[in-house]
Amino acid sequence: MPKNIDEYLIEKGLFITAISSVVIILLIIVFIFWEGYPAILNIGFFDFLFGMEWSPSNDLYGIFPMIIGSLAITGLSLLMAIPLGIFCAIFMAEIAPKQMRKILRPTIQTLSGIPSVVYGFFGLIVLVPFMRVQFGGTGFSMFTASIILTVMILPIIVSVSEDAIKSVPSEYKEASMALGATHWQTIKNVLFPAAIPGIITSIILGMGRAIGETLAIIMVAGNVVQIPSSIFDPVRALTSNIAIEMGYATGIHYNALFATGIVLIFMILVLLVIANYFHYKKKVTVGGGYL
Amino acid sequence: MDTKYIIGVIVLLIVIVGAYLAFAGGSSTEEEKITIAGSTSVQPVAEKLAEKYMEKHPNVKITVQGGGSSVGLKSIGDGTADIGTYSSELKDDETAGITSYEIAKDGIVIAANNENSVNDLTTEQAKEIFGGNITNWDAVDGVSATINVITREDGSGTRDAFISIVMGGKEGTPILKTAVVQSSTEAVKQSVKGDPNAIGYISLADLSDDIKALQVDGVSPSNETILDGTYKIQRPFLFLTKGDAEGATLDFINWVLSAEGQEIIKETGAVPVK
Repeated sequence: MPKNIDEYLIEKGLFITAISSVVIILLIIVFIFWEGYPAILNIGFFDFLFGMEWSPSNDLYGIFPMIIGSLAITGLSLLMAIPLGIFCAIFMAEIAPKQMRKILRPTIQTLSGIPSVVYGFFGLIVLVPFMRVQFGGTGFSMFTASIILTVMILPIIVSVSEDAIKSVPSEYKEASMALGATHWQTIKNVLFPAAIPGIITSIILGMGRAIGETLAIIMVAGNVVQIPSSIFDPVRALTSNIAIEMGYATGIHYNALFATGIVLIFMILVLLVIANYFHYKKKVTVGGGYL
Repeated sequence: MDTKYIIGVIVLLIVIVGAYLAFAGGSSTEEEKITIAGSTSVQPVAEKLAEKYMEKHPNVKITVQGGGSSVGLKSIGDGTADIGTYSSELKDDETAGITSYEIAKDGIVIAANNENSVNDLTTEQAKEIFGGNITNWDAVDGVSATINVITREDGSGTRDAFISIVMGGKEGTPILKTAVVQSSTEAVKQSVKGDPNAIGYISLADLSDDIKALQVDGVSPSNETILDGTYKIQRPFLFLTKGDAEGATLDFINWVLSAEGQEIIKETGAVPVK
């Protein structure tokens, strides 16, 4: 036994708290695989993953349209949120006067604090009728869902990117200005490239939220199991599929929903790996450390 | 492997097992407990009944859970619930060893936007619309506009009832694949309310002024037309028990079927059977 028992206990205590999140996530993953595996076995891996028909009452479990749905909604919302978020972050970090920043910051943080059901309800009552009048169809569409998602992930992208831009050492900026570069040239050629890893992190976080978002999507996406032929077609996301049908599912249907969860986990893992690859590739090394 | 890690893992296991025992080992009291589980359509009615009954009988504790009709049937089978709720006619192969009590009836209303000029559909037209064979309102004497069909998710009690009554069951016409799926009554109502060309279906209990109930075969849905059977799209709300109900469960069911219980059912918007 070590001499100092206090020290020892505290160390172990900290270790337990640190390891608990790992254990919890392992338990969850094991459980999801345990429940989902029978479905994949029963339905067949390819029939499940690439099947075009999802109709539990007819024993058809194909989730391909929903994989496309999830990716399409997330992709479209990132397409809108990334430029919007990055420019907003640059504005807040570099250009906005102090007073304006004092208003902007809390406003954007409030956006991230609004529960997703509120976004969903707002979308259903306001955005869906608006989209129907403007673009025809039912108003429930991939585009509507993406707009809601854009608003939801914007605060994450803005605040994390802003921090990244702000944490670029002031020497960089000063050196650039001293060489005669304008403010915009400095932002474009010095600050932004140096902040890229942080900005990519913000995009990863935003993407994570977008792909995992459920409730708001259920309310505005229309939840039709089909591969959308335009952005104004209704789609169903993987997360929505689980949430919509979990309450009723029994037997193989129940397992199939867990298998949907497995697919979702893999999708997020793959996206994380890709995003992390870019994160490290773009890392700017300065002396011994990196930014 | 380092002994520190082994000790850490062991301590962790003890904590988890300890917590599990502490939370899972429930305390037993002397009060009577009734667990109700099943149909999400019956759930609000059962909750209201349970609430009123518990006010009168403080020694009885009633828990109401959802899960869907299939869960209702399953949970009385495996004993996790005393009463299973069910919101369609029982199939013949499901009735073995089960006693069913019809506590109320419910009508399913075909709902359209208030601005829609169509007031009346035949059952056949409803089937064609939801099956996707009629796609324009002008085919049913409305203005020329595409019909936006709104349906409920697979497994919903209302959807099941709608399919078996209107669409001709599982072997009948399937509901249009491109119909927008909403996962709650409220979402269907909001969708219909916001779209002049939408059509959906909800429970009569949830009907409100902001949407329009279409007549079916010339009959408006109401308590009277459902009770006398002239309004066709209706289903029973059933309480199921394993074998005959007894003890506290029987007392509760008898109270539900009494004038007092039926009055509460009426308040919830369902149609009382007595």
